[in-house]
Amino acid sequence: MSTFTHGNVSVEVDEDGFMLEPEKWNEDVAKALATTEGVNELGEEHWKLVHYLRNYFLQFGVAPMIRKLCKETGYDLKKVYELFPSGPAKGACKVAGLAKPTGCV
Amino acid sequence: MPEKTRDELVRIDYTPPRRDWSDPAIDFEARKGTWSYPAAAKNLRYLGFPNPRDWSPTDEDWQLPENWQQVIHDGLAERLTKYRSLKLFLDVCVRCGACADKCHFYLGSGDPKNMPVLRAELLRSVYRNDFTTAGKILGRVAGARKLTPAVLKEWFYYFYQCTECRRCSVFCPYGIDTAEITMLARELLNLVGLNINWVMEPVANCDRTGNHLGIQPHTFKDNIEFLVDELEETTGVRVNPSINRKGAEVLFIVPSADFFAEPGIYTFMGYLLLLHSLGLDYTLSAYASEGGNFGLFTSHDTIKRLNYKIYHEAKRLGVKWILGGECGHMWRVMHQYMDTMNGPADFLEAPVSPFTGTAFTNAASTKMVHICEFTADLIKHGKLNLDPTRNDHLRVTFHDSCNPARAMGILEEPRYVLRSVVNNFFEMPENTIREQTFCCGGGAGLGNDENMEMRLRGGLPRANAVRFVHEKHAVNRLACICAIDRATLSTLMEYWVPEVDVSGVHELVGNALVLEGEKPRTTDLRGKPLAARKGDADA
Repeated sequence: MSTFTHGNVSVEVDEDGFMLEPEKWNEDVAKALATTEGVNELGEEHWKLVHYLRNYFLQFGVAPMIRKLCKETGYDLKKVYELFPSGPAKGACKVAGLAKPTGCV
Repeated sequence: MPEKTRDELVRIDYTPPRRDWSDPAIDFEARKGTWSYPAAAKNLRYLGFPNPRDWSPTDEDWQLPENWQQVIHDGLAERLTKYRSLKLFLDVCVRCGACADKCHFYLGSGDPKNMPVLRAELLRSVYRNDFTTAGKILGRVAGARKLTPAVLKEWFYYFYQCTECRRCSVFCPYGIDTAEITMLARELLNLVGLNINWVMEPVANCDRTGNHLGIQPHTFKDNIEFLVDELEETTGVRVNPSINRKGAEVLFIVPSADFFAEPGIYTFMGYLLLLHSLGLDYTLSAYASEGGNFGLFTSHDTIKRLNYKIYHEAKRLGVKWILGGECGHMWRVMHQYMDTMNGPADFLEAPVSPFTGTAFTNAASTKMVHICEFTADLIKHGKLNLDPTRNDHLRVTFHDSCNPARAMGILEEPRYVLRSVVNNFFEMPENTIREQTFCCGGGAGLGNDENMEMRLRGGLPRANAVRFVHEKHAVNRLACICAIDRATLSTLMEYWVPEVDVSGVHELVGNALVLEGEKPRTTDLRGKPLAARKGDADA
């Protein structure tokens, strides 16, 4: 566990930089976390994906299935990787303040 | 992916280091990529496990309890009495070395402490020191070592570098089960708070929500409905699985990754199509929503605690028997522990297939049938309408998942099913399959990203055999019957043999299964186009 600080943002994160207190997420936190993923500016498409993940997480308590994410955002996997180079689970979910999935995944 | 290139990883040095094996020093900083993050304190607190704290293996001070040596000593004393097998395994090894080059981690790393004999010796040396007369008197001469902080750190490193796959045990002339030694060593480590998060978070999730991923009932239902919709798009048939339905004949339990992660979801689709086509009276459960049991990688008490829900839910729902999906370590628990830990399940009936009348006498005690046995029996009796040409775009080989193969003997059934649903099936070399199968390199809780170098090293012997059939027979699909495999082999293939994808066996069953009322199938369950058929070109 460590503290990630960027500008005015300061949040507790795990070894891989995922938020430990997802309830403290906001858009400023997302912008700050995005810099750790090599995304220095979040455009409209980034936000669409991040908000989709965020809303899904608030409703369901976990990350969505990737197939569902693609279907409901209209972005295919290639597009998701273009937006977040480390992919849906490690990149986009991290920026949206979700916890890292563990187990047989 | 690791910082090292493939060329660097395959340059394996098998020359043993000059220093004495009993020197335990490990530089965790230099060995990043070969160990797993410690368990988060919140998970240990939730479970009521000892010594929750924030720490890292690279710390000098691991913040152990003050009396940690006594705790380990007493813990070992207790287990030597409780588990006679442990005492036997610690006493009987003659260090013949038959196991030495059978471990995938040794083959892939060249580190002698990954020889199963030497891994066990790390614990055995302390046992000798504390519990045998020779060790007490002769000390190092008799191979005894005192339990120092450095020895304990070495235990953490190497006992979380064994996947409990039991390949070494196949070759041991005494039948020593090295997986059991690792299990007991991990139990001891857990007593002082030395555990890894990739095990303990799934354990905590499983205790809280019934499954490793922490999927709650409403999410469980939503995921399954999504997969039902997807299936309808592909096949034109709407399947209707029920959840928590009392009075169903059969309770069906799968690993949770099958209704969450790729490529497991396609295996799940295959199950749904199969059970729908039969009209089996079955139900899923949002509570017993995990076949896997990471307690197996923690302690016997934890196995029992997480396994309890299986029979409990079967009783609550009033089913007759239990069907289990394609999960690996789940079957070691179901087959070898469940009955004695949480049974007898005398409220259930000995399983009989309602379609063939076959009595699964092998499951008469546990009341739980492996889906590959169930499906193989259906095919044998001609109960399924199969069109294997719908898998003609695939050239398939089969990876025997360690636990179903070595802990249960499920060797023929998946092959029989595969040969019935695909036209192009090829075996890997015989010393890499069946009882001698090579581990994926990421089982027993080691399938995390921070341990990636060790996973890729440990998976190298398996990947090598896949590469062989890929080059010889143009194999492009690696089938397996384990959810950990489906996750870890996918990563392994991406690195070593990127031309090969991974899937469960029942995904391929789902592709081939001809359903009543289906629309003409143009894609497989993944949405990939089927191979052109003879005659199509002329049309």
